Amino acid sequence: MSSTFVGMPSFPKAASRAVGNAQLRHNLHKATHTIRDKRAAAVAEQPDWDDLRAAGAALKNRVLRHLDLYLEQLEEAVQRAGGHVHWAADAAEANRIVLSLVRATGETEVVKVKSMATQEIGLNEALAEEGITAYETDLAELIVQLGDDLPSHILVPAIHRNRAEIREIFQRAMASWGRPAPADLTDDPRALAEAARLHLRERFLSAKVGISGANFAVAETGTLVVLESEGNGRMCLTLPETLISVVGIEKLVPTWQDLEVFMQLLPRSSTGERMNPYTSMWTGATEGQEFHLVLLDNGRTKVLADTVGRQALRCIRCSACLNVCPVYERAGGHAYGSVYPGPIGAILTPQLRGFGSELDESLPYASTLCGACYDVCPVAINIPEVLLDLRAKVAASGAHKGEKLAMAAARRVLSSPGLLGASQRTAGRFRKLTPRRLPGPLSAWTDTRDIPAPPPQSFRDWWASREEK
Amino acid sequence: MASRETILARVRSALADVPSTETPDDVPVPRDYQHTRPGPDLVELFVDRLMDYRAVVHLDTPVAELARGRGRLMVPPGTPGEWLSGVDVARDDPPLTATELDHLDGVLTGCAVAIAETGTIILDGGPAQGRRALTLVPDHHLCVVHREQIVRTVPEALQRLDPTRPHTWISGPSATSDIELDRIEGVHGPRTLEVAIL
Ligand code: SF4
Repeated sequence: MSSTFVGMPSFPKAASRAVGNAQLRHNLHKATHTIRDKRAAAVAEQPDWDDLRAAGAALKNRVLRHLDLYLEQLEEAVQRAGGHVHWAADAAEANRIVLSLVRATGETEVVKVKSMATQEIGLNEALAEEGITAYETDLAELIVQLGDDLPSHILVPAIHRNRAEIREIFQRAMASWGRPAPADLTDDPRALAEAARLHLRERFLSAKVGISGANFAVAETGTLVVLESEGNGRMCLTLPETLISVVGIEKLVPTWQDLEVFMQLLPRSSTGERMNPYTSMWTGATEGQEFHLVLLDNGRTKVLADTVGRQALRCIRCSACLNVCPVYERAGGHAYGSVYPGPIGAILTPQLRGFGSELDESLPYASTLCGACYDVCPVAINIPEVLLDLRAKVAASGAHKGEKLAMAAARRVLSSPGLLGASQRTAGRFRKLTPRRLPGPLSAWTDTRDIPAPPPQSFRDWWASREEK
Repeated sequence: MASRETILARVRSALADVPSTETPDDVPVPRDYQHTRPGPDLVELFVDRLMDYRAVVHLDTPVAELARGRGRLMVPPGTPGEWLSGVDVARDDPPLTATELDHLDGVLTGCAVAIAETGTIILDGGPAQGRRALTLVPDHHLCVVHREQIVRTVPEALQRLDPTRPHTWISGPSATSDIELDRIEGVHGPRTLEVAIL
């Protein structure tokens, strides 16, 4: 419950810890490759994928270039439909708003459906300080919460845990949060899912306040959209008398009909399904519910001001870029020190937070610039381009740590023969799109051929032997 | 209210590079993607996709025959009488609590639109669908889809829907892949989805 990403070590340090954890690496490898293959099949089946991708990117550009207009339009539409709209300039303000809304209901418990925005602002911790308990209801988030842990993947946040660990967490922690795990709980995933169903059932049926994020907010109509799989989202959105949705200001899409683009892009890109099991769409106060929309800035306008980095706000959080990233696969999600891991985290986190810490300065170096993330991104975010731009900014800011960090990250995370081969194969395409080389030692990153030849032993052995020295 | 003005001012200053004469329509959006496309028979495609999600599918079986003997079923307002002969029916009048809904054996509904390519059923709270909790809490959902409600693609479906209504898109029974990526049907939503196509 008290877990946060604050005070994380820099990316190379955290990453080198992660690569030494065999279970984590095994889980990550299996996860990223399974989802990657499913996604590829789901995308291959869609004959107009490239056209959808172009439309998705353009629609988000349209929104971002006229965000003030669209925000006002959304506000008006939500209010017209009986909803309340609140504006939060930063995390502290968003937490204050949510806290006062929960207080007004007199409740001390809320149910939550997975939302990266509320993780970003540390809402659960802020509510806990004021005596309000927020119950996470996604199976993965439940595992993370009960394990007093941090999420490691956008889509499957508990991917670093295997079934035996999950069983152990359920048996140890469920009782202190509510209905205990059955005494004879096995590590069969079916049994674990059933235990979660029973644990949360009562809570859903009696919940008075629900808290969510949103995947999309339609400016024209004021409609919010939440995609999910398990049905916990529907429970949190439908049953409580009061619903509070915390939504980043970049989540807007212009019109109702424009959802036709994103409802095709997101499920196929994210879970590799033709469609996710459940999607809820609602406009304002629905079926007698009280509805509050909290619009969150918290650094987004800073990102918007950067004409190169702005494209990161197009992100629809599908996690496809994580699953193809050789650095993510080795380093794991926690190394990125933020709720946004992987390639998108490497460009979004330092922009949202500024280069205030060694971690944030090192994130733009958490990449081989192989370009696989750009290729799979459903809204065509040119992540390598933004990474290079951010590296130039770190260098220009006189943060000389930059080059040291770059080299350290190179040695620690990437000394893997397979990876180097892959980088060499793909690097060629991106030279056309990005500056050919950065000056000085940073050139190792713009030209992957300069990375020192990998050692003959496996990366893990190699790293272990380094640690001993 | 102060933060509203702060955020809007930040947005405007962040967008200083956007010419003041530019309007949203000046930002080109290529619409080369397909609105619909040729393909296999709609019903066949829809059935195929539903089976993929492990939903149970019936073709042209009288609804009452499917619904009889399934215990007590919630029946939303506007349900045709011929679906109900011999069926043990519960009504949402006066509205049931979530706990009461949880004690029912299932729910019988119609739908607004269905998408063949993605195997999706869309409910919009219209006749024979009711409020959203009715199709959420009971563990078994029997959904009737008329052939003329099936479209091929997502864009065609959105065109038929009214954004002011609440929508639930359902593509197979509730599922999770959160434990080592094994897909498990049935977490919090109805664990069985049965679709009757008429
Ligand atoms: S950057 Fe692109 S690929 Fe990565 S999560 Fe965002 S939308 Fe998906």
